Amino acid sequence: MAFFDIPLPVFMGQLLIGLINGAFYAVLSLGLALIFGLLNIVNFAHGALYMVGAFVAFLLLDIAGIGYWPALLLAPVIVGLFGIVIERLLLRPLAELDHLYGLLLTFGLALLLEGAFRHFYGVSGERYAIPDALQGVFNLGFMFLPVYRAWVIVASLIVCIATWLLIEKTRLGATMRAAVENADLVRAFGVNVPLLVTVTYGFGVALAAFAGVLAAPIYSVNPLMGSNIIIVVFAIVVIGGLGSIKGAIVSGFLLGVCEGLTRVFWPEASNIVIFVVMAIVLIVRPAGLFGKAA
Amino acid sequence: MSQSNPHSAGELSHLADEESEHRTPLLADLRLWAVIGIAFLLIAPHFIYPVMIAKVLCFALFAAAFNLLLGFAGLLSFGHAAFFGFSAYVTGYCLQTLGFTAELGILAGTATGALLGLLIGALAIRRQGIYFAMITLALSQMVYFVCLQAPFTGGEDGLQGVPRRPLFGVVDMTSNINVYYLVLAIFCFGIFIIYRTVHSPFGQVLKSIRENEDRAISLGYDADRYKLLAFVLSAALAGLAGSTKVMIFQLASLTDVQWQMSGEVVLMAVLGGIGTMLGPILGATIIITLQNELAQIGSLTTIVQGAVFVVCVLLFRRGIVGELSHRWNRWRGRSDETTGEEPRTASKG
Repeated sequence: MAFFDIPLPVFMGQLLIGLINGAFYAVLSLGLALIFGLLNIVNFAHGALYMVGAFVAFLLLDIAGIGYWPALLLAPVIVGLFGIVIERLLLRPLAELDHLYGLLLTFGLALLLEGAFRHFYGVSGERYAIPDALQGVFNLGFMFLPVYRAWVIVASLIVCIATWLLIEKTRLGATMRAAVENADLVRAFGVNVPLLVTVTYGFGVALAAFAGVLAAPIYSVNPLMGSNIIIVVFAIVVIGGLGSIKGAIVSGFLLGVCEGLTRVFWPEASNIVIFVVMAIVLIVRPAGLFGKAA
Repeated sequence: MSQSNPHSAGELSHLADEESEHRTPLLADLRLWAVIGIAFLLIAPHFIYPVMIAKVLCFALFAAAFNLLLGFAGLLSFGHAAFFGFSAYVTGYCLQTLGFTAELGILAGTATGALLGLLIGALAIRRQGIYFAMITLALSQMVYFVCLQAPFTGGEDGLQGVPRRPLFGVVDMTSNINVYYLVLAIFCFGIFIIYRTVHSPFGQVLKSIRENEDRAISLGYDADRYKLLAFVLSAALAGLAGSTKVMIFQLASLTDVQWQMSGEVVLMAVLGGIGTMLGPILGATIIITLQNELAQIGSLTTIVQGAVFVVCVLLFRRGIVGELSHRWNRWRGRSDETTGEEPRTASKG
């Protein structure tokens, strides 16, 4: 069986890789969008914190012998707490300043984190084994689907949908959305907005760490793993618009698949396809696919 | 919120219009500084390794070109490595494969920078503020991947051993001293262009767009055209710096187009002082010296650069030159609106 002269297993395999990358893109851009909504900064350290998440999982196993499942919960919590410290100590003083200072500061943070991990762990990367329960493959008839990869997609989808429900359907989410619209007014109603901002940053960063743990068994745990993905995620965020949670999730998955399909038909272009899409979107619809007109 | 506040990019660079003509005494000093500086640079290669100073000058020009955009037009480009690095490749290719003479190679590189600036700038100015930064970063990453895969760039190896062809076909460029003086001339030329641009009616319009784009538009200025022109000029000068680098090191490599390089040039400008003439030059000098000292341990350079970024943004937003001239002005009892305040904030909402 073939599709445009391309064997179906190859096609499906690349589609799967695209979906997995899309899952990471979606979770990362979701975190970026959340943080941007309340703090008005683009968190440049997001990629670095994704990397830290993977390293925390690796270190938990290496030092304390704590396995994958607890790490999937613990690493986001640890990184989230770290994020809360960052927000309180470093980002809070910049809250009233130009948004670009936040970008510059988090860029500095990203360099610091990346440099520190590179200093201690080099660039070769550490292996992180797939947990026993997720070993093996499903035989779908036309292709073999590794269980772990299926799990990554399912887990990311669950987290994305849960976050979306949290924001759209709960009282806390309503307060958050109100604070995005008008922080001062919400504060006047007696809501502790600074706390909300801190928690949001912690949560957004925890999402990045969660993606990092999910990624650990697929890619090697590498100090540089965050820096390349973050630039792609930035492009996705430009395409989708930072204003919309749904937009962040949908465009994350879509562009991951788009990248995977390009790898089938024109492998050399797969690295740049997302940037090309971004350029086209900027020409056709400058506000982004899901963005409000600026 | 920021959607309703499209001018955020502008507010950043209120910081330090320190040589805003009439009142700052440092302006008078600036000419003095220029004379002292050039005199020093003319004799410097006799007691400092010329390649080292040439490298500093090259990056100082790069940082000054970047600062023209951020400091005076209020546009934060996170992708300036694309112009620097891609121009370096083009110059390298022209010298190595096409056999261009030095000045033609450098011209070709500069023109490439301008052209690339036109393409990237035209896309990036469609969005403002933070988006502008992200778009330039993403497009420069695309240029990086093109350089990685294109047939003429030598992939991971880059272009090595690029010949230093004679200037105008006659002036020998094989000695480091001759290259140094060529670089010095290019540097002075570039800085002069930037100085003239900033202090021209065009520069005034740029500043007005930075301060309040809507008002500039309502006064009849085509803000997008001004921004694009500033972007192209800045990209061309960054390309000139990149071409110069090939003359110094006979090497064009992926390092020059990587996003880390874009970050470095931002750091140079921020550390020295955004929106000052001397700031980027000082910033580049410090960063390059630092890199040389820490060269043995690559990761340490990254850590130190990250730390400098954080410290600058938290405590030192005017940068060194901006802070010094601010203090100087206050000492002289001139706490007027240009100098008497902390860097302005973006009013929310």
